[in-house]
Amino acid sequence: MFGLNKKDTTLLIIVAALCAFAPFLLNPFPEGSDMAQFNAGYPDLMQRFVIFGIFAIGFNILFGLTGYLSFGHAAFLGVGSYAAVWMFKLLSMNIIPAIILAVVVSGLFALLIGFISLRRSGIYFSILTLAFAQMSFALAYSVLTPITGGETGLQLALDDPRILGISQTAQGNIPVPGLFGMEMRDSFEWAVGSWLFTFNFGYYICALIMLISFYVSIRIFRSPFGMMLRAIKSNQQRLNYTGLNSRPYTLAAFVISGMYAGLAGGLMASMDPLAGAERMFWTASGEVVLMTILGGAGTLIGPILGAGMIKYMENIISKINETILHEWFYWMPDGIEDLLVAMVYPFIGKGWHLTLGIIFMLVVIFLPGGLVEGGQRIANLFRRRKAKKDDTKGTTEPAE
Amino acid sequence: MEAIILQILNGLDKGSAYALIALGLTLIFGTLGVVNFAHGALFMIGAFCAVTLSRILTLSHEVIDPTRVDFLGNPLKVDVPYLYDWFGVETGDMIIDWAVPLSILFAIPVMIGIGVIMERGLIKHFYKRPHADQILVTFGLAIVLQEIIKYFYGANPIPTPAPDAFVGSFDFGVLIGFEANQIIYPYWRLVYFAFACLVIGAVFAFLQFTTFGMVVRAGMADRETVGLLGINIDKRFTIMFGLAAAVAGLAGVMYTPINSPNYHMGMDFLVLSFVVVVVGGMGSLPGAVLAGFLLGILESFASMAQVIDLIPGINQVIIYLVAIIILLTRPRGLMGRKGVMED
Repeated sequence: MFGLNKKDTTLLIIVAALCAFAPFLLNPFPEGSDMAQFNAGYPDLMQRFVIFGIFAIGFNILFGLTGYLSFGHAAFLGVGSYAAVWMFKLLSMNIIPAIILAVVVSGLFALLIGFISLRRSGIYFSILTLAFAQMSFALAYSVLTPITGGETGLQLALDDPRILGISQTAQGNIPVPGLFGMEMRDSFEWAVGSWLFTFNFGYYICALIMLISFYVSIRIFRSPFGMMLRAIKSNQQRLNYTGLNSRPYTLAAFVISGMYAGLAGGLMASMDPLAGAERMFWTASGEVVLMTILGGAGTLIGPILGAGMIKYMENIISKINETILHEWFYWMPDGIEDLLVAMVYPFIGKGWHLTLGIIFMLVVIFLPGGLVEGGQRIANLFRRRKAKKDDTKGTTEPAE
Repeated sequence: MEAIILQILNGLDKGSAYALIALGLTLIFGTLGVVNFAHGALFMIGAFCAVTLSRILTLSHEVIDPTRVDFLGNPLKVDVPYLYDWFGVETGDMIIDWAVPLSILFAIPVMIGIGVIMERGLIKHFYKRPHADQILVTFGLAIVLQEIIKYFYGANPIPTPAPDAFVGSFDFGVLIGFEANQIIYPYWRLVYFAFACLVIGAVFAFLQFTTFGMVVRAGMADRETVGLLGINIDKRFTIMFGLAAAVAGLAGVMYTPINSPNYHMGMDFLVLSFVVVVVGGMGSLPGAVLAGFLLGILESFASMAQVIDLIPGINQVIIYLVAIIILLTRPRGLMGRKGVMED
């Protein structure tokens, strides 16, 4: 289907189904129950899942395929956000022009930075991209305040022109981003028994765009262009000796992944129309690296898994507090309960970064292929066991 | 003229910190070939060594002071540091006052220990892995170290003052024959600069004039041959890692009076230190020191009001700008050796 082979089509359909039924899947616990805090099916978080999924998919096209580790990818996300918010300010609250401008601007920005940074490779490339991103962050924070809003961030105002739209609504409010009359924050709530499912319009727009970007990334992975990028990763020197100039390919990959980041930034601004410089800070760049590695760099589904997992952990683990821990362990003897709570406590709530760091280190050390490799190993384990069983059945007794 | 000297002086203390961290980074890179993203965390741990020691020194017990009463008329309870009991009030006060310089003695063994544990426990397994993996695992380690410190010390900066003798500023201009009140410079920053020079000198002397240093330098040039000569180079490189950690830690200890330590100070310095290493030339120790001071001074020049008026925002980006220009025009860095990580 769509020019994909059977395996990829299945993958695409699985991801599509997961996206479509996310409001159910992420809300497995009834409202008001003790476990309700682990529900992740609220619009804001679901939107972030897919937006960071797009970001990570794009990063994976660069890092997973070419092996160039960019430590400044958040700059493109930030630029995309700014572009989108400016479109909301100047043109209209329709998200289509905003997203288009976000992608175009971040693509141009990536072209500029990539043109310079890709002259070097390895650690130098990482540091160059890091330097560029930090530079953009510093500029956005200080000198470019008329464009970026500086410390407060870029926000919509009542007196923005919005040539094609309206400056303010009849009630005198700032209009909200929408798509031909539908507002991004429109939600439909469906109560089944004690469960409450929220279907958010903005989420489905994001999910649709993520599916399209996922499809494009599959096509890139399977194309001759993708093969070329993989050749660059495995041995760039040999590629150069064959007389091929690898830079146009890496630059194309860099620009594509920058555009993905811009798309994510544009969507982020569409869901919540403001943009701040902190989105470009280098920890944000580090976050997307974490997501991609955690899920599995160079695999198709990995970055989405990684993005989902990190965002889920960020929201859910940081919500757990000491009282909840005591509730969990209440059935234990007092001393052991306190001990367990004391042991777990540093890793939850505000300490979730610690958990993240530890998980990340464990993944890099033991599972360089990320969660996807972990899944494959487990699958192999079962397969081998099965194969062994078959083997024992098949052996014939030696004749006596 | 006064303004120029003032800016150079202002750049020296930051430059010293950059130079010390970059020196450690280069030591690790030159010996072990590992790109250590956790080096900023080592700097931060060094700073918290000073915090820890000053807390240990002020450990106190409650004593009832019969001469004073609180507002209810009960005898007042006062906290008395154990040091007062042991050394008397005067000596005890002096020791507490000198907590930061004393932390140097405390930090050296701690940092060498942490460095050796890090190398043996984690980094050792990453020599054969690609540079990207090394960056990632040390990045993860930096997050973990940072969060551990945050858990124990909280997220707020902890003020750690310098000894009273070095608090305040003095008129540096008079010393070198300018008018009074032209060049005012804080004492502690001068101490920091002198200390940095001392540490840098000590590291170079250690490498240059001791047998151990000679072996290490030989190992940096050709690890395999040194190994074939029957020298256990791995062990020496481990010690060098500990030494590099100690250099970063000392930079952190002495920096505490300039900037109150908080858990993310390491990361703030790390990014800049990497830029410094790249500008100086990967694997070149003199290059790292030179680039550290150079960038520190450049940064302080760029933050002069006249320069900012000319090119707005230059103070924020000057270091990155210099790094980009250097990398594109002179990829090896200012003093990089030929053939070391050129691509």
